[in-house]
Amino acid sequence: MEKRELTCINCPMGCRITVTMEGDDIIVIEGNTCKRGFVYATNEVRSPVRTVTTTIKVTGGTVDRVSCKTKEPVPKGRIFEVMEAINKASCKAPIAIGDVLIEDCAGTGIPVIATKVVSPA
Amino acid sequence: MKADIVIVGGGPAGLAAAIAAAKEDSNLNILILERDRELGGILNQCIHNGFGLHTFNEELTGPEYAARFEEQLDGLGIRYMLDTMVLDVASSVVTAVNSKEGVFTVDCGAVVLCMGCRERPRGALNIPGLRPAGVFTAGTAQRLVNIEGFMPGKEVVILGSGDIGLIMARRMTLEGAKVKAVCELMPYSGGLKRNIVQCLDDFDIPLLLSHTVIDIKGKERVTSVVIAEVDEKSKPVPGTEQEIACDTLLLSCGLIPENELSRSAGVKINPATNGPVVNESFETSIPGVFACGNVLHVHDLVDYVSEESGRAGRSAARFVKANKAEEGPVINIKNGNGVRYTVPSFVRLNELEDDLVIRFRSGNVYKDSYINVLFDGETKLHRRKQIITPGEMEQVILKKEELSGAPSEILIEITEN
Repeated sequence: MEKRELTCINCPMGCRITVTMEGDDIIVIEGNTCKRGFVYATNEVRSPVRTVTTTIKVTGGTVDRVSCKTKEPVPKGRIFEVMEAINKASCKAPIAIGDVLIEDCAGTGIPVIATKVVSPA
Repeated sequence: MKADIVIVGGGPAGLAAAIAAAKEDSNLNILILERDRELGGILNQCIHNGFGLHTFNEELTGPEYAARFEEQLDGLGIRYMLDTMVLDVASSVVTAVNSKEGVFTVDCGAVVLCMGCRERPRGALNIPGLRPAGVFTAGTAQRLVNIEGFMPGKEVVILGSGDIGLIMARRMTLEGAKVKAVCELMPYSGGLKRNIVQCLDDFDIPLLLSHTVIDIKGKERVTSVVIAEVDEKSKPVPGTEQEIACDTLLLSCGLIPENELSRSAGVKINPATNGPVVNESFETSIPGVFACGNVLHVHDLVDYVSEESGRAGRSAARFVKANKAEEGPVINIKNGNGVRYTVPSFVRLNELEDDLVIRFRSGNVYKDSYINVLFDGETKLHRRKQIITPGEMEQVILKKEELSGAPSEILIEITEN
């Protein structure tokens, strides 16, 4: 049996939640003081995901970098692979918000999109 | 130059105020003066997500949130001047300077102050030690990394656990730096819980509560900092010192509303917020001069800035049209036990748009306690809260009908039972 310690992010209480696991099965969730904490803990141990936000190199624009994000959250364990792929890539101005800058980032199947406009130089 | 309303600052507050004023009266001539090279203010460097949940019901990044407002601004044909610094504000004339016009004045009917806030720098923190390169405020580092594309360092210690510091701990880590610790002087963090989990815990960055930096070492560049635990009086505890090798120290130790213009204009300042004292219309002590956003009081959520600034913009539009309601009762809002300040400070009942939203911060952490609202000493609201912390702004909303009895005083307090 494995015990996982989490801090709930739903409200400023920040309940310390302990999830007891047997392999992939959740045996018991303790420490949450409301139902939202239960749902949060379940998702965090089953498939934690995060949206990655960073910047990507731009050529031919008024600025050298544009802010971007993964269109959907990616598995938490793959954040650094996603960062590496984004840091190797570059894109050309003009760029509009929502433009796909990388189609499938680091094999996650999730695109990276621009979050800011860049005009051509 | 002439304008009906001059808006000082084109960040989230200025954008929302301008849009709301234009929607209130499309004939108004509104002018935004912005000192940066683009509109959007601090949102431009806040490339992380979490903005707009209240306003748009979706999670946006800072630049996306700003762009939503800029589109509306363009749609309404609102004028703005970039790279333009306001030098002086009076109720009917604003003086500014830029490279094209030189020094110029704008005659106006109303002014909305939207200058935002500044970070508390090293000089205001009295950290002992040498003066090497490598000490940055977290916001400066954020601008360098996210806009200029430079990494300020490789091995980092962060002092202060405000949200910008937490966000930068993650940002620096993602870009390959090693963040060794976040030290917080207080026994609790000033940042949002979500940021502590997703910016520190996710990357195993230690948060050291009741700790501070007591020495900075390095001749040309920071080589290490010495941290120590502090007691209840914030004094370092002997024997708890640890030296951490690093090349960079980031400071996230609070924000100060930028009120130099307000002060020289003679606007009355609330010492608890370092921002202007305002009424229900976000009007300062000078008629026709309004204030909103972080120049008024520091917010955790931009959504609340946009909402309050909308009110300020509409009020400015009504002021210009001289649409004043008849004078009526004035209700003073008082800080009771545990409440550091409230915005607004007083309410002119006849000028109230609709419901009265009172925002406030506590001075301490309270668990299983109550927020009470008293009208002239009589309890009107007694609401249980599982937790109240200084890091998260609280609010109470009072219906206009509830205020019809026109109490002379509303007291907000936090109690154990």
